[in-house]
Amino acid sequence: MRSSSAGTTSCASSSAPTTSPRLSGVGPPAKERATRRPASLVHKRVVFRNRGLPYLLVAPQMIITLVFFIWPAGQMLVQSVLLQDAFGLSTQFVWFENFTRLFADPYYIQTFRVTVIFSGATAGLALGAGLLFAVMADRVVRGAVGYKTLLMTPYAIAPVVSGVLWLFMFDPTVGVVAHGLRRIGYTWNHQLNGSQALMLVILAAAWKQISYNFLFFLAGLQAIPKAVIEAAAIDGAGPGRRFWRIVFPLLSPTTFFLVVVNLVYAFFDTFGIIYTVTGGGPAKATETLVYRVFNDGFIGLDFGGSAAQSAVLMAIVIGLTVIQFRYIERRVVY
Amino acid sequence: MTRSGRWFTLAALIAVGLAVGAGRAEAVVEIQWWHAMDGALEEWVKDLADGFNKSQSEYHVNAIYKGNYTEVMTGAIAAFRAKQQPHIVQVIEVGTGTMMAAKGAVKPVYELMADANEKFDPKAYLPAVTGYYTTPDGRMLSFPLNSSTPVLYYNKDAFKKAGLDPNKPPKTWPEMGEYGKKLQAAGYPCGFSSQWQQWILLENYSAWHNVPIATKQNGFAGFDTELQLNTPIHVRIIDQLAQWQKTKLFDYGGRKGDANPKFATGECGMFLGSSASYAGFVKAAQGKFEFGIGMMPYWPDVAGAPQNSIIGGASLWVLSGHKPEEYKGVARFFTYLSSPEVQAASHQRTGYLPITLAAYELTKKQGFYEKNPGTDTSIRQINNKPPTDNSKGLRLGNYAQIRDVMDEELEAVWAGKKTAKEGLDAIVKRGNDLLRQFERTNH
Repeated sequence: MRSSSAGTTSCASSSAPTTSPRLSGVGPPAKERATRRPASLVHKRVVFRNRGLPYLLVAPQMIITLVFFIWPAGQMLVQSVLLQDAFGLSTQFVWFENFTRLFADPYYIQTFRVTVIFSGATAGLALGAGLLFAVMADRVVRGAVGYKTLLMTPYAIAPVVSGVLWLFMFDPTVGVVAHGLRRIGYTWNHQLNGSQALMLVILAAAWKQISYNFLFFLAGLQAIPKAVIEAAAIDGAGPGRRFWRIVFPLLSPTTFFLVVVNLVYAFFDTFGIIYTVTGGGPAKATETLVYRVFNDGFIGLDFGGSAAQSAVLMAIVIGLTVIQFRYIERRVVY
Repeated sequence: MTRSGRWFTLAALIAVGLAVGAGRAEAVVEIQWWHAMDGALEEWVKDLADGFNKSQSEYHVNAIYKGNYTEVMTGAIAAFRAKQQPHIVQVIEVGTGTMMAAKGAVKPVYELMADANEKFDPKAYLPAVTGYYTTPDGRMLSFPLNSSTPVLYYNKDAFKKAGLDPNKPPKTWPEMGEYGKKLQAAGYPCGFSSQWQQWILLENYSAWHNVPIATKQNGFAGFDTELQLNTPIHVRIIDQLAQWQKTKLFDYGGRKGDANPKFATGECGMFLGSSASYAGFVKAAQGKFEFGIGMMPYWPDVAGAPQNSIIGGASLWVLSGHKPEEYKGVARFFTYLSSPEVQAASHQRTGYLPITLAAYELTKKQGFYEKNPGTDTSIRQINNKPPTDNSKGLRLGNYAQIRDVMDEELEAVWAGKKTAKEGLDAIVKRGNDLLRQFERTNH
């Protein structure tokens, strides 16, 4: 609704051009906003003649939200205060016992730590590499299409397949990379070494996301007016200075958007990779919060405990979203 | 033809089709069987269903692949909660405790057979196999479809290279160490490895040495059971393996069957693995090396060892909430599966254990074991001595999670982060928490 608001509904009235529009970092950045600004100045109010019509129009969205989001989330909250056997034949109401059990478990705290390291490293690596490749690709003149296409292909690969690919390369017994590492005197055994296992899943998860970041960074780079950079060059700024003083700040809406997307990706969408590569092991070294929800719920059939973990996850996501849009977005230059 | 006329014709065709379909369903009772067998084993399962369907005309068994063991079990549970459950579901052995406790959800096999007036003699089955799925007073709860037991595979070519007798596999743990060292001296990077460490190095190790895995007859006699895996005899083996891990005399190769390549590629000269891995190793080793099969090693100074090994694999559970005539079909199907011919053929085809004495005798008579030396090791091992309370199997709730705990803690021991005693203590403590939780939800 936000991005389609260009001048027709009343919602544009609050977002005067001086205040930075909240949440809009998620939409396509930079270019579109430029076209929106004059429109929001028009300040036009449209009133529906039929009072029921607006409700009818938002109904599909509301129904979808209710059925697919609110209802399951509610079910999850209910489940989190129950203790049930696998078949649901006996149910007890246990207040917050599932939660106290969870936080008394030292392994759950470790899972938190793993998740923070994993998500931070994955997002950082994917963003850094994506930006680097985008800056490089932006300079390529000949064969640019082929180069870009190659860089984008990993995004089309399913997480599970990507996991298996990396697993094959790094398998301690038959993997090519593991074999090469052994040649140079480094023992690679992610089945036993927790840090190596964590490194492997981070690599596999980041690799998949680089293409996506690359695509958006490249679009962002191409939207930066050449004149600004040329002006800086005339003023005597070297390539490094031009990048950090001009390009990087102008890219900040894209970067912000990608930070949000990448963190969400690392948090929630990397399950398939962890599942295929390490299964959370060795000794829980690669078990993230989401993986544990799956493991306790679907392997262990502990639905109460799993639901309690989902509730914790939900709280984390709400917290993260608030922090991201309240504090980080303030530093973004549009 | 007008447009509406065309639609009418189409609707009529569909109606006729539905009527025909319904007519067929009335004549034949359909039985849904969810299983977890893929690849070559899926064909085996299909052949079992086809064989039964051709043997009579009243019932029709549909064998449906529903993913791996975990997916089949969670799928069946979800289906039960939604009242859409299949008649038969194949459940991995660790799910036995969960299935057994779900009294309203399953129909025990002994009851099924009695209700259907099918001839059923529990004594015809191998006690070492069915014991796992039987109550302490001898009533069979689920039907053992595929059972295996761990054996010792060894690379005969590697043995020759190391100056060892290729027809004499090590029998004891000290010999394992000795042979492993010789293999390493001959250039092999690793002495031996193992798959399914919880099942082989903890559960079967306990049974083989006739010591309990848990109190209350390994959980058979009640839910108020506690793990007993941190006794000196358990610490002894885990500590020994942790020592050997340092020099790769023993080399951990990952969870479940992930370690298989370590033997198949010739990296490790010896390997503790399921008897059902036989077919896979035959294929992998073809043209590369010859291998033999021995029994699991034991400590010679432990009184009573070796006792008998316990099984792994899966059994068929019948879910409640179906019509009597459908249960009759399920009972008929189980009778078909128990016949010596079907059993013997399955045993020879898959490497799983035969579940009846008659099938074992028939296989022997057909000369199968002579043609394929070593394939009877598994049967001799589970029948080594009459099963005791310690070697009948185990029945623990939340066991899938407890097995995860075992994997995690053992990995910490192999990595040198914990001592054997610390790791086993943690298994007992965390495992007992899960057992208490199970006890609370099932009473």
